[in-house]
Amino acid sequence: MIVAQAAGDPRFFRWDWVWGHLDLIGAKVLEHLVLTGIALGVGLAVSFALALVGLRFPRTYQPITWVTGLLYTIPSLALFAFLVPVTGFTTLTAEIGLVSYTLLILIRNIVAGVQGIDPAVRESALGMGYGRRRLFIEIELPLALPVILAGLRIAAVTTIGLVTVTALIGKGGVGFFILRGLNRFFDTEIVLGTALSVLLAVAVDLVLVTTERWLTPWSRTRGAG
Amino acid sequence: MPEPMISLEGVTKVFPGSAAPAVDNLTLEVAAGEVAVLVGHSGCGKTTTLKMINRLIDPTSGRITVAGEDVMTVPAPELRRRIGYVIQQIGLFPHRTIADNIATVPRLLGWDRTRIDERTDELIALVDLDPALRNRYPRELSGGQRQRAGVARALAADPPVLLMDEPFGAVDPIVRSRLQDELLDLQRRLHKTIVLVTHDIDEAIKLGDRVAILQVGGVLAQHDSPAAILRDPAGPFVEEFLGSDRGIKRLSLMPIRDVPLEPGPVVSRAADPEEARAAMARYGVDWFGILDDGNLEGWAWAADLEQGPIASLPARSFRVRLGYDDSLRDALDTVITSHTGVAPVFDGERFVGMLTAEAISRELAR
Amino acid sequence: MGFFADLGRWFLENWSGDAGWLVRIWQHVEVSAVAVVAAVLVALPLGAWLGHTGRGGLAVVSVVNIGRAMPSFGILALALPFTIWLADTVWFIDNGLGFAPTFVALFALALPPVFTNTWAGIRGVDPEIVEAARGMGFTGRRLLRDVEFPLALPVILTGVRVTAVQVVATATLGALVGYGGLGRYIIDGFATQDDVRIVAGALLVAALSVLTEAMFSLVERRVVSPGLGIERQTTVPTPETRFRNGEHPEAVLS
Ligand SMILES: Nc1ncnc2c1ncn2[C@@H]1O[C@H](COP(=O)(O)OP(=O)(O)OP(=O)(O)O)[C@@H](O)[C@H]1O
Ligand SMILES: [Mg+2]
Repeated sequence: MIVAQAAGDPRFFRWDWVWGHLDLIGAKVLEHLVLTGIALGVGLAVSFALALVGLRFPRTYQPITWVTGLLYTIPSLALFAFLVPVTGFTTLTAEIGLVSYTLLILIRNIVAGVQGIDPAVRESALGMGYGRRRLFIEIELPLALPVILAGLRIAAVTTIGLVTVTALIGKGGVGFFILRGLNRFFDTEIVLGTALSVLLAVAVDLVLVTTERWLTPWSRTRGAG
Repeated sequence: MPEPMISLEGVTKVFPGSAAPAVDNLTLEVAAGEVAVLVGHSGCGKTTTLKMINRLIDPTSGRITVAGEDVMTVPAPELRRRIGYVIQQIGLFPHRTIADNIATVPRLLGWDRTRIDERTDELIALVDLDPALRNRYPRELSGGQRQRAGVARALAADPPVLLMDEPFGAVDPIVRSRLQDELLDLQRRLHKTIVLVTHDIDEAIKLGDRVAILQVGGVLAQHDSPAAILRDPAGPFVEEFLGSDRGIKRLSLMPIRDVPLEPGPVVSRAADPEEARAAMARYGVDWFGILDDGNLEGWAWAADLEQGPIASLPARSFRVRLGYDDSLRDALDTVITSHTGVAPVFDGERFVGMLTAEAISRELAR
Repeated sequence: MGFFADLGRWFLENWSGDAGWLVRIWQHVEVSAVAVVAAVLVALPLGAWLGHTGRGGLAVVSVVNIGRAMPSFGILALALPFTIWLADTVWFIDNGLGFAPTFVALFALALPPVFTNTWAGIRGVDPEIVEAARGMGFTGRRLLRDVEFPLALPVILTGVRVTAVQVVATATLGALVGYGGLGRYIIDGFATQDDVRIVAGALLVAALSVLTEAMFSLVERRVVSPGLGIERQTTVPTPETRFRNGEHPEAVLS
């Protein structure tokens, strides 16, 4: 019964509250995007490094997926909890956790993308005198791009959801509203935080799909002629 | 023989983890400007041999030289840029337009933009591709068009040597035969040194100046001109490989020029009917050809002689005619389908004689 | 080394009692298991039937996309007002806190992956095999039960495994809506800045998750017909290559 009273306003969603807090909302959305962006950027860089190692030395691929798979399996809150005693309630803690979650998806897709390339294409490139590095940059990478970007989309959407959990270590982006709404039994904030998170995920996904279409003109069907 | 363009000396390849060699102590020379065809059953080591030449595979032992240079002393990418390479699956880069695909090696060699563009246009014309396809992506082309683009790409930097691994394996027989003709035509103009791999003996006979027949394990069974191989197969393996229609295959290598022709039941416009009747009797036919100033105008039935002097007869045109350089194989088809059993042969426009079915079977029997 | 000694002592001193880790593990497993079982009971038959009839493709795509975009933290938070409203409205529920919102959130979270993997698994069965079975007289429910379902089992079980791991992970957040479970240690530890308790909780949660993953992997290997000879990966999703052309959603993944 205490609960019902604490909820205060009987209305489920108060638009007036939203209008009154646009500045705060904008700041949290920005924070959310920054946390996501850093996580994806760093995640992509680390994943590329590890995927290259895995491709160049196939023996290392199994251990790499094993470790990143383990990181992926550990719940996010537990991962943050391991870090808090060392790095505290900081952005660093949040990012280490968020980056860890992108690795498995990204590495797998980079490796699968490169391995999925038609062997005839690779053979003729080598046959014409491509060196390893140029082969990777000019041929393998562009051809693996659709699969890599598919992985990036999943990683992006997953990360955006996970950022909300970092509210528990003092960050959170729009997850801030979810946590505060939960603590104050204020439904508007819970709904707002969740909805914003979903909207961000959809928007970022859309941006990535568009980017993919723009980056891979050869896989588009063209009209006759 | 002058310095060979490509030479393999005692080349052996044993793949790691397999006991038997894929290529065993193979020695082979390819002269400059020659089309050498490697032919043999699946798995006999043709592709392996080819790939050792451009070092996509390194030999276990033995020595390979290209233009007198040991391939192992040249960095692999550099070597490969000097050797054109065409494979069955073509391997066009799906993310690059046809023009960009063709420009691959010139770009690797660092040519400037205008030179690359000019060369690309030249090659597109050379392999008879529609220039409108220039900016298409490979998947927007037909199989035959892709194959031409693949050949153009291999020729881009004008490499003296061309390696082709079943280049026409992925297209249907009609397109394949046309591409083969185009390749021969191209080769007459370009004089490359070509090593071509196929498992189709007919293709080998048609395209090869010399043919190397390989046995399982990359053992050389015979290496000679197609005519010599067909005439004298070295042992039962080659004989079996050539098939039972070996004689007919041989005909495809002989031009009509090499066979004595008959004058045929032919008379000039000025001749009188008696001459014509005598000529027909000589050949046992009821028609005769009409020559006008050495030019074979056509023919007429014996019955036509009733209508007036030969000079005034309308000449019926020959439905079949053979060129002096056509093969006896083509001639056989023509002669057999013409109900008279003979066909006129022309050198350009000049009538040179009649070829008869008997003349062909005399050649077959030799 | 002091920290690790403290950690060891914590485990020795806190294993029993209402707030001891044995009870907390049980609570964690209990709500997770109930949620997964409930979700399987609802989503599996639905996914199998829709997959069998070939309907529901659009629904699956939507479910996959929404399911992935929904933050689990948000779902959990939204479950609280819902169960409070439920407790106020329905007379026989007298507490909207703790187990109820945690269960509702986990159940909602578990539905999409079970549903989509079942659907995609059934749809993915080689049409020639289905054709052959029809030719031998299999129809309707028997076809589904005796042919399609066993062949789809690897994909379905992957879905259940991924779901279970995700549910166990999210149950940790149940502490925020008044539930017990292992998340309690972490959340309370954060509040009191008790590093030992935080790490102890994290260790327990991580161990339980890895154990769940391992256990389901083992079950998968045991249950799947040896004739299918699939190669099992130890951890989570398969690469995004399989359904790239938009024909299927990326259902087999996380
Ligand atoms: N990379 C490899 N590793 C191990 N063995 C190989 C490898 N490549 C080829 N082989 C083996 O070497 C032998 C010769 O293979 P190769 O590809 O040269 O045959 P081929 O004559 O080109 O046959 P096909 O007509 O089928 O293309 C075969 O037995 C093949 O299995
Ligand atoms: Mg081959």
